[in-house]
Amino acid sequence: MRRITASWIRDLVAQLCLKANFTLRGDVITQLKSAYIREKGKRTKDILAAIMDNSAIARRENLAICQDTGMPCVFIEIGQEVIIKGDLKKAVNKGIEDGYKKGCLRSSVVRDPLLRGKPVYGPAVIHIDIVRGDKLKIIVLPKGFGCENKSRLRMFNPTIEINAIKEFIIETVKMAGPEACPPYIIGVGIGGTADYATFLAKKALLKKIANSPLRKLSNPIKKLEQELMAEINKLNIGPMGLGGKSTVIGVNIETYPTHIAGLPVAVNISCHALRSATGII
Amino acid sequence: MKRINTLLIEKQLGGLKAGDEVLLSGIVYTARDQAHKRLAEAIKKRSSLPIDLKGAFIYYCGPTATPRGKVIGSCGPTTSFRMDEFTPVLLKVGLRGMIGKGRRSKEVCRQIKKYKAVYFLTYAGCGALLSKYVVKAEPIAYKELGPEAVYKLEVKDFPLIVGVDSQGRSVYD
Repeated sequence: MRRITASWIRDLVAQLCLKANFTLRGDVITQLKSAYIREKGKRTKDILAAIMDNSAIARRENLAICQDTGMPCVFIEIGQEVIIKGDLKKAVNKGIEDGYKKGCLRSSVVRDPLLRGKPVYGPAVIHIDIVRGDKLKIIVLPKGFGCENKSRLRMFNPTIEINAIKEFIIETVKMAGPEACPPYIIGVGIGGTADYATFLAKKALLKKIANSPLRKLSNPIKKLEQELMAEINKLNIGPMGLGGKSTVIGVNIETYPTHIAGLPVAVNISCHALRSATGII
Repeated sequence: MKRINTLLIEKQLGGLKAGDEVLLSGIVYTARDQAHKRLAEAIKKRSSLPIDLKGAFIYYCGPTATPRGKVIGSCGPTTSFRMDEFTPVLLKVGLRGMIGKGRRSKEVCRQIKKYKAVYFLTYAGCGALLSKYVVKAEPIAYKELGPEAVYKLEVKDFPLIVGVDSQGRSVYD
């Protein structure tokens, strides 16, 4: 067994909060750059240039990429040979507080969802998984709520055609329209149960985004991702919703076995500022 | 690009059309969900307001904390339509300009036309970049709301796109 002290976890979470909020993911920057090249309109190009300038300023000056530094979502994979000395969840939430305070990140969480009150830093939404090995992996995903508010879940019949699922996903993006800060990255969860599908949709945002030529893909899920991307990009929502070919710069799908009687599909939209950072102890 | 000023907006308003790109200088107040709720309640109860809304500009924004040595932290726009239910009441007492992101309701567009106001969009998700156009910032009301407090901002050449002009025309139509 390998011992990991809770204070190491606290320190790592704090670092990851800063990294995620100041440094836009490389895969996102790459796709923003190709969107800039693809677009022809001056205003569309200007908006994409502003988004890229913004990420450069944020990185250079340790400023939050977006003032909505999100509800912190923390994904933890604990190796089954790990023993944690101390309180894991407390360490994560203390780490969030340390990181957010240090980075002047925004307190955007209210302790009571109905009574609201003064915003604080946490707690984070924590997802814990037990895996093989003796390592502990932590991913921090600060999720802004402009886009989180556009999430949807539908429980389809098991006999449904894939086209109806595609339509649901496309409709979700249409409903988000200009409000959730396009160009978007779309996370889709297919299968499991209602709760698990929504979890998968969020988890899908952690995967690298890519734009691969359709003909080269043999994996049906990868193919579906690219087909969705092509179809959504015909909607002409574009950056800031003011038109263009870049409504989405990534579609990621996660799947899981499901019940014979159903087919849950969940969609979690991310704004262009898809922020996450990973660390391993 | 056209330059406008919050003080001169009465004169400049008529020349602004949905889709125009402008640079704004002057004073704007931040206010988002909870501040709107409070302002609208205060107006309905005819109690005094912490800011004078006559001719005022509101920016739908809740900035991060201010890093040492900076005027303000990251300060981009939040989604405007959440303020839609409160906007008509604010327009009635003189609100003149709004800055945010995304669409407005049909009712808000009608009220914007009625009261000769204007709604602007600014670069969404670009809070670090937009902080460069703020020259002064201080929280002036509802400080207990933290990032949802009302801040008085002085902006210089803040980049905007006219979202709904004073004729009620929307850039999204």
